Amino acid sequence: MALAHGSLRPARTAGLTLLGLLPVAFLVVFFAWPVVAIVGRGFSAGGVDTVLGDPQTWRLAGFTLGSAAASTVVALVAGLPVAFLLARVRLPGIGLARTIVLIPFVLPTVVVGLAFRALWPDGGVLPLVLANAFFNVAVVARTVSGLWAHLDPRAAEAARALGASPWRAFRTVTLPALAPAVASAAAVVFLFCATSFGVVLILGGGSYRTLETEIYLRTVDLLDLSGAAALSLLQFAAVVAALALGAMARRRRESAVRLRAAQVTARRPQGGQWYVVTAAMVVLGLLLTPIVALLVESVSTPDGWSFAGYRALAGTGANGALQVTGWVAVQNSLAAATDATLLAMAIGVIASVVLVVLRRSPGLLARGAGETMDAALMLPLGVSAVTVGFGYLVTLDALPGDLRTSPMLVPLAQALVIIPLVVRMILPVLRAIDERLRQAAATLGASPLRVWREVDLPLVARSLVAAAGFGFVVALGEFGATSFLARPDAPTLPVAVATLMGRPGELNNQMAYAACALLMLVTVAAVVLIDRFGSAGEF
Amino acid sequence: MIPRTARTVLGLFTVAVLASACSLSGGDTGGSASSEQQEPTLTLVTHDSFVVPQEVLDAFHRQSGITLKILKSGDAGALTNKLVLTKGNPIGDVAYGVDNTFASRALGEGVFQSYTSPEADRGPQRYAVDTQHRLSAVDVGDVCVNVDTGYFAAKGIPAPTSYDELAEPQYKDLMVAESPATASPGLAFLLGTIAKYGENGWQDYWNRLKANGLKIDSGWEEAYTKDFSGSSGKGPRPIVVSYASSPAAELGEDGKPRTKALLDTCFRQVEYAGVLTGSKHVPEAQKVVDFLLSQQFQTTVAANMYVYPTRTGVELPAGWANAAPLPTASATMPADKIQAGREKWIGAWRSLMGA
Repeated sequence: MALAHGSLRPARTAGLTLLGLLPVAFLVVFFAWPVVAIVGRGFSAGGVDTVLGDPQTWRLAGFTLGSAAASTVVALVAGLPVAFLLARVRLPGIGLARTIVLIPFVLPTVVVGLAFRALWPDGGVLPLVLANAFFNVAVVARTVSGLWAHLDPRAAEAARALGASPWRAFRTVTLPALAPAVASAAAVVFLFCATSFGVVLILGGGSYRTLETEIYLRTVDLLDLSGAAALSLLQFAAVVAALALGAMARRRRESAVRLRAAQVTARRPQGGQWYVVTAAMVVLGLLLTPIVALLVESVSTPDGWSFAGYRALAGTGANGALQVTGWVAVQNSLAAATDATLLAMAIGVIASVVLVVLRRSPGLLARGAGETMDAALMLPLGVSAVTVGFGYLVTLDALPGDLRTSPMLVPLAQALVIIPLVVRMILPVLRAIDERLRQAAATLGASPLRVWREVDLPLVARSLVAAAGFGFVVALGEFGATSFLARPDAPTLPVAVATLMGRPGELNNQMAYAACALLMLVTVAAVVLIDRFGSAGEF
Repeated sequence: MIPRTARTVLGLFTVAVLASACSLSGGDTGGSASSEQQEPTLTLVTHDSFVVPQEVLDAFHRQSGITLKILKSGDAGALTNKLVLTKGNPIGDVAYGVDNTFASRALGEGVFQSYTSPEADRGPQRYAVDTQHRLSAVDVGDVCVNVDTGYFAAKGIPAPTSYDELAEPQYKDLMVAESPATASPGLAFLLGTIAKYGENGWQDYWNRLKANGLKIDSGWEEAYTKDFSGSSGKGPRPIVVSYASSPAAELGEDGKPRTKALLDTCFRQVEYAGVLTGSKHVPEAQKVVDFLLSQQFQTTVAANMYVYPTRTGVELPAGWANAAPLPTASATMPADKIQAGREKWIGAWRSLMGA
């Protein structure tokens, strides 16, 4: 049988092109078109050059990039030991650690912002940087551990046997192999931090502003579309630069490495590894602190402990603060997150498969197309949610069914945020699969389908489940994009929390924290279920 | 080989997309064209704070045959701007929540069409903003400085009562307010000081507040629930910019409020409703405006949204008479003056406060 030794026959190229068009079409309709339309309005209004010429604008840009870079470094330093813990360590309670690390990601920004405010009442740069990192440790831990769990440890062991210190073995053998995942995670975290909104607003205390908060202010409050367009342009340029850097880092280090089934590589830590495990535990402890604090807040009243906030969740809150009960909000969240995850997995997996093929193909054109598509898939993370949301308002009525007010809009917007995460989690694993494994299997007479089933799928399965689970959790907690969109009166849990937080009264405050606790609980349940399902598929 | 793999994946995920499309469309409750002939579904675009008991909506449906779909769209500013952006092809039929700080923008852009509700002469007309009757006043709310009465009783110093006293040394480092750039109570408070001290005097007043240790937060949540000592957060500062109705939510064990609004520091916000230009259900949309001004709906606004009804003779919830009376001498400003000055004032405020 003919093997596709990196070469593509025309028919296959056509099929691949069709397949690749699917994610591209999705991005064009639900991202590029709305963004171009709204930014275009700003341009036609004029005055863009004035904003770009203002030194104030460049200070904003500098602060945005600087603080996002700082948060990314903190998230990497905190996330890598946790990634090691999740990927390589077999100890009781690892499953719990896997769950804990995800919780910060779903917490509503207003809650985390207020929790950090309790520690740093005057706000400032430090709590801002730490809070953004707090949200994103999960991205690093999950993305990197996904690849790490599959790395064959024997290369590092060989280096050790040849006399390398554990650190040197890590630095020269393991780290290069992990580089694509680390670079991917760093790019995602940077984009999340550079465009974070609520945290900056609450902890920046009004005096620290970023491009994102300024775009929001000018779009939503001032309707200064040309000012917003100028800033969006700047943000876009910064994002493209960051993506290009990330792609360069990935390209330099990327190589096919030997992947193994995860369970073989996890073992009890030895010697110096205990330091790393301890560091990971410290990080988990720090992540738990605000979580515990808000649990405490949910049961404390001026008159002592009380579960009144939790009991209130069965109803619609004090004076009907919510329009539906807390439980209905849970259902809304689950439904929207399920839709968003299915969509994002469909688009993300197709995109990843296409990207791997393009990358392996010999033509410069194909590889260039691959690089461009790879970067384009990440862009939604780097563009202001308010830009996308307002873009929907001026474009999506042109589609059949006036999507602007459709309940589909929330899952669509959430999917836009999840797709880059799915791609970044699956792609490193797909790319790292040694082509020779496939060729060997094919030589031994396996059909292409069987090769996929026996070689690719087992190696990718866990990452697929992990990506789906992670995407689901992100969708559960997603607030930014959702809240800017015209949406039906079916509040998700984060929206319910924000509503409750915006009202005076003891009970509403407790109820908001109780709703947060509920959000965490739903997250934990989802993660446990998915992880169980994932390991059941393990061989 | 690889494309075949890809085809398998495509097959698998087409199924997934279809499944998700099914569950997505399952969530759409919009009526079909044929059923809309008899039972129209109208969309009410409103702000995030909108709350109405379901039984009131159900009763409206029984009376009028109109099903009302609620579409929340951010705060008053975001709502107004979304309406402006979509004015050619509106996202709903009626909008409620455009307030007097944004009304001029909406009117200037032709977002609303004329309609005088028969209910308007029961009180709402007092707050009329436009001679063509494109907006009907549904509720009023006052932004006032709130104080933690317990704090001042314990310290043995009288609580402040006026703008000027807030700048006095005995209240140094005790007050927190919101930024007018990012929070609507912050903007209302700024407008209140401009109404009081005038175009030439307000900056001087804010300089005095700044020198007296005024803290600025970006949102009401931080200021009220974290920094204010009279709320659930038990923060360090006993003076906060909030609403005249806030004390009604801070009742102690004995049923008496623990906080108080300073009635000489209030600025009035009026929220309006109107029929959107381009609505395909104009007669029904007018009925929705009638509904918002009706006794039935007006009775719900205080308890649910912490605002006061515009209709006269509507009873307030128990306790409001003591804890949260409607201020009688609130400052106000014509909508077109706010529209003309808003951005200039916010800009000046930002450079003055360094925020």
